Parts: sequence; structure tokens; C-alpha cells
Amino acid sequence: MTATATRPAPPRRPHARPRRVSRQTREMWLLMLPALVPVLLFSVGPLLYGIGLAFTDARNTRNHETSFIGLENLTELLTAEDFWSSFRIGMIWAVSVTGLQFLAALGLALLLNENLRFRGVARVLAVVPWAMPPVVIGLMWKLVYHPDAGILNGLLGTHVNWLADFSLALPAIIVVGVWTGMPQTTVVLLAGLQGVPRELYEAGEVDGAGRWRRFWNITLPQLRPVIVAITSLDFVWNINQFGLVYVLTQGGPGGQTRLPMLFAYEEAFRYRFAGYASMLGLAMAIVVLAALGLYLWRQLRETR
Amino acid sequence: MRRFPQYVALAAYVVFLAFPLLWLLSTALKTPQEMALADPTWIPREPTLANFADAFGEQDLVGAAARSLGVALAASLITVLISLPAAYAMARYRGLVNKIAIGWVLVSQVFPFILIIIPLFMILRDLDLVNTLPGLVVVHVTFTLPFALWMLQGYVRAVPPELEEAAAVDGATRLRSIASVVAPLLAPGVVATLLFAFISSWNEFMFALVILQNPDVMTLPLTLVRFTGPEGVARLGPLAAASLMATIPSLIFFAIIQRRLKSGLMAGAVKG
Repeated sequence: MTATATRPAPPRRPHARPRRVSRQTREMWLLMLPALVPVLLFSVGPLLYGIGLAFTDARNTRNHETSFIGLENLTELLTAEDFWSSFRIGMIWAVSVTGLQFLAALGLALLLNENLRFRGVARVLAVVPWAMPPVVIGLMWKLVYHPDAGILNGLLGTHVNWLADFSLALPAIIVVGVWTGMPQTTVVLLAGLQGVPRELYEAGEVDGAGRWRRFWNITLPQLRPVIVAITSLDFVWNINQFGLVYVLTQGGPGGQTRLPMLFAYEEAFRYRFAGYASMLGLAMAIVVLAALGLYLWRQLRETR
Repeated sequence: MRRFPQYVALAAYVVFLAFPLLWLLSTALKTPQEMALADPTWIPREPTLANFADAFGEQDLVGAAARSLGVALAASLITVLISLPAAYAMARYRGLVNKIAIGWVLVSQVFPFILIIIPLFMILRDLDLVNTLPGLVVVHVTFTLPFALWMLQGYVRAVPPELEEAAAVDGATRLRSIASVVAPLLAPGVVATLLFAFISSWNEFMFALVILQNPDVMTLPLTLVRFTGPEGVARLGPLAAASLMATIPSLIFFAIIQRRLKSGLMAGAVKG
């Protein structure tokens, strides 16, 4: 927000009188009010309420006497086999989807940045997954993986029920995750690539740096801030993923694809343990914030 | 052919990106008899539009599409109406509020939905809004708002305040200068934000899943997911057709904004 720094706030103007300041402030609040009310009522409020619920034995039913139970939900969570297996699956999912998505998107962005023929086709295709409703993406891949009518078995000549196989279901949904998330990452990386000053490459060429060296010593360091930003965002989006996997497997088979958010959803809305599920959400939020903080801190330290 | 490996790589990407889409299209054009064949075929032997007609014949799907349309229209209009004044305030009086609003946009990205949806569900239940479309509209408005605000305040910022000052010098009241100077310049941005809000609501699944549990009020994404039952391949054709049709609004949106995408982000550094 460079603009914030360059334009002083109106109240600081030398001619402004205190009364005018208060009028402006009042005007601003009046303009903000219609947006502020729903955000406070249905977003900030519930968030704080949800954090509070994590320390109670709240049930998602009418007529339940809720009482404060401190950290009991947390101890229960940390000793639950289900939670750890879901957490492990969530981590495998988020790390591999984010990583593969990044590598695939970087490759595609580099290609799209070259003067290749048919680049336009690839460009349009690269944005299509972005334009599709997540539910339709899930259903489409269900058709691809369908054990009887799916094209994947037809191509490979196999008879595998991909999404119901204990060891294949997770890799199968990871592929879908990569397909779904590639567009944003590609577009962001491509924009980053185009921001790399051409003079650097020219200088590199003069110094006799080959393609690979130029990529390693010019492109990657220049892209670094963009890479850090987009991989962090991707990680957060992936760890909080719900809809896509719900449509594909509903967490099955036998919980093999039960990401933390699916686990929490089941606890909250099938078994109605609202307090327990809130603690799960809170724990995940803390894990995500910690992972993000550590990652960003390390990146910042290295660039210094 | 120095570029040969690059073309191979590009082709691999095109195949990976395109094949599920082509398969969806192929499934949508097949007859139930062909769907039941042991060996799936890429190109339908007798391409048919019957699946699209069948999808339209399904009472559930048509009703769900109508409900989705209503929810998305209401949510996008309300979102823009209430975020326009706020965006104007954010862009013109920068300060603490602005920073808090931007902070909220970021925070809302990081927090898992479950932390918000459980208490939100309880609140909506106490207001008797569970299983109602207005309940879903409220939720969609709330969750599209941060990003809509962010978009709109960027558009307001692009309108130079000097224009308003000039209008004021000419004797226009504040409201009049906004109506006749700012509004016309803001129109494209408002349309873009409206479209964004519409698509977000039209595509939204998670909140709808929690809030609408009665099949009679379900929106299109929910109905599509329920559409596949255990009865095998017979209904896959209509499902594929309906899925394709459910994508149309988003495609229109992207077709409209694609020029901006192209000029802004997708522009080639090398002249093509």
C-alpha cells in the first residue's frame, strides 16, 4: 500500500479545524456502516464465538446445556487416533499439492513466457480450471476415475476403482488438487516472470551464462518474493480444502482421504460435537499460522 | 529444432489440462447404451443432445438452478450495494480503518471455515434462517464482502479526487459530484465486482452444504452432487450435461474479464 504512505490522511491538513475532522470521521463511519454490520455480525462475531466454543462441551443440537471445560477438547483431540491420521493425511495432501502445483505451474509459466507457437491454446486452457465451479471439477474427475465408464481405466486397460482404493485414493485426489490449483499459480508466476528486467538477462548473456545458469542465478532469485507469496497462499488454501475432496471421496475409503476439514465437518454436523470440532479448527488455524510464520521468517532471514 | 523439447513439454501440459474437459464433453454427448459399453470411447459414436434435454427435464435440477440464480443475484446486488459506500470511504479517507479492513481480508483467508461455520450455523438456527435461501444469501454476502471491498476500493482509487474537487468548485454538492462524476467512471469496476460476487455465490458449495439440508431448497452445486446415486452409469450423461451448463456463468465471466487478464497478467513479454 504505497499510496497510504504518500498521501497524508485528510485530518492532518493544516487548515482543517477539529470540528471538520469529526464531521469527516462521522461521514466515514456512516459510509462504512452498511458493510461493517454484516461483517461483524456474521463473520467476526462467529469467529470469536467459535474460538470460545472450542473450550466448551457445546453440542450442535437445541436444548443442550453448554458448560466450560477448559482444555479438555484439546487433550481429547491430541489423544485421538482419528485426528492424527487425518492430520497426517492433511499434511501429505497440502505439502504435495502445493509443491507439485508450484513445480508444474513454474514449468508452464516459463513455457508461456517463451515465444512458442500454440502458446495461445495453452494460455486459455491454463485458466479454464479457474473458471469452473469446484463441484463441477470434482464431478468431472469422478467421471475420469469412474471404475466402469471412466477414461483412465480405458486408457490404461486396468480395472481399478481409483477413488475407492486404499492406497490410490490419496494420490488420485492429489492429481485433481494440482489440476485445480495450477491456474492461479501459473498466472501469478507468469506475471512475476514478466517483471524480471530484461537487462539482467542481457548482462547474463554477455557474461556467457547459459540457459540453465540464467534461470538459476537470475530468474529464481528475482522471482523469490512472488514464489514465497504464492506458495504460502496455496498452502493455506490446500490445508483448508473441503469442497473438492468432499465431492470426490467424502473422505473415504476408510478415511484415507479425510482431510482435517472433512474430519471437523463430520464431527460438527454428523456427530454434532460442536465444541470438539471448534477446537479442531482452532488447532488447525494455529498449526497453519505457525507453519506460515516459520516459512516466511526463514525466507526473510535468507534474503537479508 | 532447438525448441523441440519445449514443444513436447507444452503439448504435455495441454494434454493434462484438456483431457478431463474433453472427457466431460464426450460423456455429455453419449447415449446411455454407449455409456454402458465395456470399452469407453473418446468420440461418441452417435453424438446426442438428449442428455441436455434430460437434464432440463429433471425437476430437481431446474429448480435448483433457479434457486441458485436467485441467491446469486440477491447476494451479488446486496454485496455491491453495501460495499460501494465503504469502498469509497476506504479509498478516500485512508487510515486505520483501511488497514483493519485489509487485515481482515487476509485473516479471512487463513482461518479454517469450520471455526466460523459452526457458530454461524447456531446463529442462523436461532434466527430460523437454516434451510432458507435468505440465510444462504446472508452468508454469501458476508463472505464475498471482503474481496468485493478490496476490488471496489481499487477502482475508486483510480478515479482522481481532483475530479470531485473540480465539481465542488463548480458548485456541485458532494452527492451530486459523486453521482455525476465518480459513478460513470466507476461503472466498469462495479460491473466486474458484481460479476465476481455472482460467480462466487453461484459456485459456492461448503456453506450451502451446511445451511441447506432440505432437498427442496438446495442450490445447484448441492443438487449436482446428490444427482449421482448408486444406480451406476445410466445417469452419468445427464450429470455431465448439467455440469457443463452449470459452468456457463463462470465461462461468461471469464470471457468478459479475459481481456483484462490478458493485458494485465497474461501479456507476453515477447512479441508474439
